[in-house]
Amino acid sequence: MRTALVDRPIDVASLIAEVSDDSCGAVSVFLGCVRDVNDGRPVTGIEYSSYRAMAEREMTTIVSEAANRFDVTRVVVEHRLGTLGLRDVSVAVVAAHPHRAPALDATRYIIEELKKRVPIWKLEHYTDGSRDWVGAGSLDSVTSR
Amino acid sequence: MTVTVLLFASYADALGTSAIELDVPSGSTVNDVLGALSTMPGGDRLPPRPLVAVNEVYASSATVLDGDDEVAIIPPVAGG
Repeated sequence: MRTALVDRPIDVASLIAEVSDDSCGAVSVFLGCVRDVNDGRPVTGIEYSSYRAMAEREMTTIVSEAANRFDVTRVVVEHRLGTLGLRDVSVAVVAAHPHRAPALDATRYIIEELKKRVPIWKLEHYTDGSRDWVGAGSLDSVTSR
Repeated sequence: MTVTVLLFASYADALGTSAIELDVPSGSTVNDVLGALSTMPGGDRLPPRPLVAVNEVYASSATVLDGDDEVAIIPPVAGG
Protein backbone atom coordinates (compact mmCIF):
# COMPACT_ATOMS: atom_id res chain seq x y z
CA MET A 1 0.00 0.00 0.00
CA ARG A 2 1.28 3.44 -0.86
CA THR A 3 -0.21 6.93 -0.82
CA ALA A 4 1.39 10.15 -1.99
CA LEU A 5 0.79 13.79 -2.75
CA VAL A 6 2.73 14.58 -5.92
CA ASP A 7 3.76 17.73 -7.73
CA ARG A 8 4.13 16.10 -11.15
CA PRO A 9 1.81 14.36 -13.62
CA ILE A 10 0.36 11.03 -12.44
CA ASP A 11 1.64 8.06 -14.44
CA VAL A 12 -1.30 5.67 -14.39
CA ALA A 13 0.51 2.82 -16.17
CA SER A 14 3.26 2.79 -13.55
CA LEU A 15 0.66 2.71 -10.76
CA ILE A 16 -1.05 -0.30 -12.35
CA ALA A 17 2.31 -2.05 -12.66
CA GLU A 18 3.09 -1.20 -9.04
CA VAL A 19 0.05 -3.03 -7.58
CA SER A 20 -0.36 -5.88 -10.06
CA ASP A 21 1.05 -9.36 -9.59
CA ASP A 22 0.35 -12.85 -10.91
CA SER A 23 -2.40 -13.45 -8.32
CA CYS A 24 -4.46 -10.41 -9.35
CA GLY A 25 -7.36 -11.23 -11.64
CA ALA A 26 -8.72 -7.73 -11.18
CA VAL A 27 -7.20 -4.26 -11.21
CA SER A 28 -9.61 -1.40 -10.51
CA VAL A 29 -8.60 2.12 -11.53
CA PHE A 30 -10.35 5.36 -10.61
CA LEU A 31 -9.11 8.63 -12.09
CA GLY A 32 -10.34 12.08 -11.11
CA CYS A 33 -9.84 14.60 -13.91
CA VAL A 34 -10.23 18.35 -14.33
CA ARG A 35 -13.46 19.06 -16.23
CA ASP A 36 -14.52 22.09 -18.17
CA VAL A 37 -17.65 23.16 -16.27
CA ASN A 38 -18.59 23.41 -12.59
CA ASP A 39 -21.98 24.69 -11.42
CA GLY A 40 -22.56 26.06 -14.91
CA ARG A 41 -19.34 28.11 -14.95
CA PRO A 42 -16.75 27.39 -17.65
CA VAL A 43 -13.49 26.21 -16.04
CA THR A 44 -10.00 26.57 -17.54
CA GLY A 45 -8.02 24.91 -14.75
CA ILE A 46 -7.79 24.11 -11.05
CA GLU A 47 -5.14 24.98 -8.49
CA TYR A 48 -4.88 22.23 -5.82
CA SER A 49 -3.43 22.96 -2.38
CA SER A 50 -3.34 20.95 0.83
CA TYR A 51 -2.47 20.75 4.50
CA ARG A 52 0.24 18.41 3.41
CA ALA A 53 1.21 16.55 6.58
CA MET A 54 -2.40 15.92 7.60
CA ALA A 55 -3.49 15.03 4.07
CA GLU A 56 -0.78 12.38 3.88
CA ARG A 57 -1.82 11.03 7.26
CA GLU A 58 -5.53 10.87 6.32
CA MET A 59 -4.82 9.18 2.99
CA THR A 60 -2.79 6.51 4.78
CA THR A 61 -5.59 6.00 7.32
CA ILE A 62 -8.22 5.63 4.60
CA VAL A 63 -6.20 3.04 2.69
CA SER A 64 -5.70 1.07 5.91
CA GLU A 65 -9.45 1.16 6.53
CA ALA A 66 -10.07 -0.15 3.02
CA ALA A 67 -7.56 -2.94 3.58
CA ASN A 68 -9.40 -3.99 6.74
CA ARG A 69 -12.87 -3.78 5.20
CA PHE A 70 -12.20 -5.42 1.85
CA ASP A 71 -9.00 -7.41 2.38
CA VAL A 72 -7.34 -5.41 -0.38
CA THR A 73 -3.72 -4.57 0.31
CA ARG A 74 -2.38 -4.04 -3.20
CA VAL A 75 -3.40 -0.38 -3.39
CA VAL A 76 -1.76 2.84 -4.51
CA VAL A 77 -3.25 6.34 -4.28
CA GLU A 78 -1.69 9.48 -5.70
CA HIS A 79 -3.19 12.97 -5.51
CA ARG A 80 -1.60 15.75 -7.52
CA LEU A 81 -1.12 19.31 -6.22
CA GLY A 82 -0.44 22.53 -8.10
CA THR A 83 -2.10 24.01 -11.17
CA LEU A 84 -3.78 21.52 -13.51
CA GLY A 85 -5.42 22.02 -16.88
CA LEU A 86 -8.50 20.41 -18.40
CA ARG A 87 -8.34 16.59 -18.59
CA ASP A 88 -5.32 16.44 -16.29
CA VAL A 89 -5.56 13.61 -13.76
CA SER A 90 -5.82 15.06 -10.25
CA VAL A 91 -6.20 11.78 -8.34
CA ALA A 92 -5.65 8.10 -9.07
CA VAL A 93 -6.82 5.16 -6.94
CA VAL A 94 -5.60 1.76 -8.13
CA ALA A 95 -6.49 -1.47 -6.32
CA ALA A 96 -5.59 -5.01 -7.32
CA HIS A 97 -7.05 -8.26 -5.96
CA PRO A 98 -7.61 -11.82 -7.16
CA HIS A 99 -11.31 -10.93 -7.68
CA ARG A 100 -13.14 -7.87 -8.98
CA ALA A 101 -15.63 -7.18 -6.19
CA PRO A 102 -13.08 -6.36 -3.46
CA ALA A 103 -10.98 -4.33 -5.90
CA LEU A 104 -13.99 -2.26 -7.00
CA ASP A 105 -15.33 -1.86 -3.45
CA ALA A 106 -11.97 -0.71 -2.11
CA THR A 107 -11.53 1.78 -4.94
CA ARG A 108 -14.97 3.28 -4.33
CA TYR A 109 -14.46 3.47 -0.58
CA ILE A 110 -11.10 5.19 -0.91
CA ILE A 111 -12.19 7.90 -3.34
CA GLU A 112 -15.40 8.65 -1.41
CA GLU A 113 -13.58 8.95 1.93
CA LEU A 114 -10.77 10.97 0.35
CA LYS A 115 -13.29 13.52 -0.89
CA LYS A 116 -14.89 13.77 2.56
CA ARG A 117 -11.84 13.85 4.83
CA VAL A 118 -8.53 14.68 3.19
CA PRO A 119 -7.62 18.37 3.59
CA ILE A 120 -7.14 19.35 -0.04
CA TRP A 121 -8.69 22.42 -1.67
CA LYS A 122 -9.45 23.51 -5.21
CA LEU A 123 -9.20 27.05 -6.51
CA GLU A 124 -11.03 26.98 -9.83
CA HIS A 125 -10.02 29.32 -12.63
CA TYR A 126 -12.78 30.42 -15.01
CA THR A 127 -12.73 31.66 -18.60
CA ASP A 128 -13.61 35.20 -17.49
CA GLY A 129 -10.44 35.37 -15.36
CA SER A 130 -12.19 35.02 -12.00
CA ARG A 131 -11.37 32.33 -9.42
CA ASP A 132 -13.33 30.65 -6.65
CA TRP A 133 -12.62 28.16 -3.90
CA VAL A 134 -14.74 25.07 -4.55
CA GLY A 135 -17.29 24.31 -1.84
CA ALA A 136 -16.48 27.36 0.24
CA GLY A 137 -19.55 29.49 -0.48
CA SER A 138 -19.91 33.01 -1.76
CA LEU A 139 -17.77 34.72 0.87
CA ASP A 140 -14.69 33.18 -0.66
CA SER A 141 -14.75 34.65 -4.13
CA VAL A 142 -11.25 35.58 -5.20
CA THR A 143 -11.20 38.21 -7.90
CA SER A 144 -8.08 40.25 -7.28
CA ARG A 145 -5.21 37.82 -6.80
CA MET B 1 1.16 29.74 26.19
CA THR B 2 1.56 30.03 22.45
CA VAL B 3 -0.21 27.95 19.83
CA THR B 4 0.33 28.01 16.09
CA VAL B 5 -2.84 28.59 14.08
CA LEU B 6 -2.76 27.42 10.46
CA LEU B 7 -5.19 28.79 7.90
CA PHE B 8 -5.77 27.38 4.44
CA ALA B 9 -7.45 28.22 1.15
CA SER B 10 -10.46 30.52 1.60
CA TYR B 11 -9.74 31.01 5.31
CA ALA B 12 -6.17 32.13 4.62
CA ASP B 13 -7.58 34.62 2.11
CA ALA B 14 -10.11 35.86 4.68
CA LEU B 15 -7.48 36.65 7.31
CA GLY B 16 -4.71 37.54 4.87
CA THR B 17 -2.25 35.04 6.34
CA SER B 18 -1.63 31.31 6.49
CA ALA B 19 -0.11 31.10 9.99
CA ILE B 20 -0.57 33.01 13.26
CA GLU B 21 1.33 32.59 16.53
CA LEU B 22 -1.36 33.14 19.11
CA ASP B 23 -0.88 33.75 22.84
CA VAL B 24 -3.72 32.21 24.82
CA PRO B 25 -4.22 31.49 28.53
CA SER B 26 -3.29 28.02 29.83
CA GLY B 27 -6.20 25.61 29.53
CA SER B 28 -7.61 27.32 26.47
CA THR B 29 -9.76 25.26 24.12
CA VAL B 30 -10.21 25.17 20.37
CA ASN B 31 -13.31 27.27 20.91
CA ASP B 32 -11.24 29.96 22.66
CA VAL B 33 -8.87 30.10 19.70
CA LEU B 34 -11.84 30.44 17.32
CA GLY B 35 -13.12 33.29 19.48
CA ALA B 36 -9.77 35.06 19.29
CA LEU B 37 -9.63 34.62 15.51
CA SER B 38 -13.12 36.06 15.09
CA THR B 39 -11.97 39.40 16.53
CA MET B 40 -9.08 39.74 14.05
CA PRO B 41 -9.42 41.66 10.79
CA GLY B 42 -11.23 39.34 8.38
CA GLY B 43 -12.05 36.92 11.20
CA ASP B 44 -15.74 37.69 10.81
CA ARG B 45 -15.55 35.86 7.45
CA LEU B 46 -14.87 32.52 9.15
CA PRO B 47 -17.92 30.38 9.92
CA PRO B 48 -18.76 30.12 13.64
CA ARG B 49 -17.93 26.40 13.83
CA PRO B 50 -15.36 25.45 11.22
CA LEU B 51 -13.65 22.07 11.09
CA VAL B 52 -10.50 22.10 13.23
CA ALA B 53 -7.52 19.77 13.52
CA VAL B 54 -5.09 19.78 16.41
CA ASN B 55 -1.64 18.39 15.58
CA GLU B 56 -2.99 16.97 12.30
CA VAL B 57 -5.99 15.12 13.79
CA TYR B 58 -9.60 16.35 13.59
CA ALA B 59 -10.65 17.79 16.96
CA SER B 60 -13.79 19.15 18.63
CA SER B 61 -14.33 22.73 19.73
CA ALA B 62 -14.01 21.59 23.37
CA THR B 63 -10.52 20.13 22.89
CA VAL B 64 -8.13 21.57 25.49
CA LEU B 65 -4.87 22.83 24.00
CA ASP B 66 -1.26 22.57 25.15
CA GLY B 67 1.53 25.03 24.43
CA ASP B 68 3.06 24.62 20.96
CA ASP B 69 -0.02 22.80 19.64
CA GLU B 70 -0.69 23.27 15.94
CA VAL B 71 -4.33 24.27 15.44
CA ALA B 72 -5.45 24.06 11.83
CA ILE B 73 -8.71 25.68 10.73
CA ILE B 74 -9.96 23.51 7.89
CA PRO B 75 -12.20 24.91 5.14
CA PRO B 76 -14.65 22.52 3.44
CA VAL B 77 -12.39 19.95 1.79
CA ALA B 78 -12.54 19.50 -1.97
CA GLY B 79 -10.01 16.91 -3.03
CA GLY B 80 -10.42 14.60 -5.96
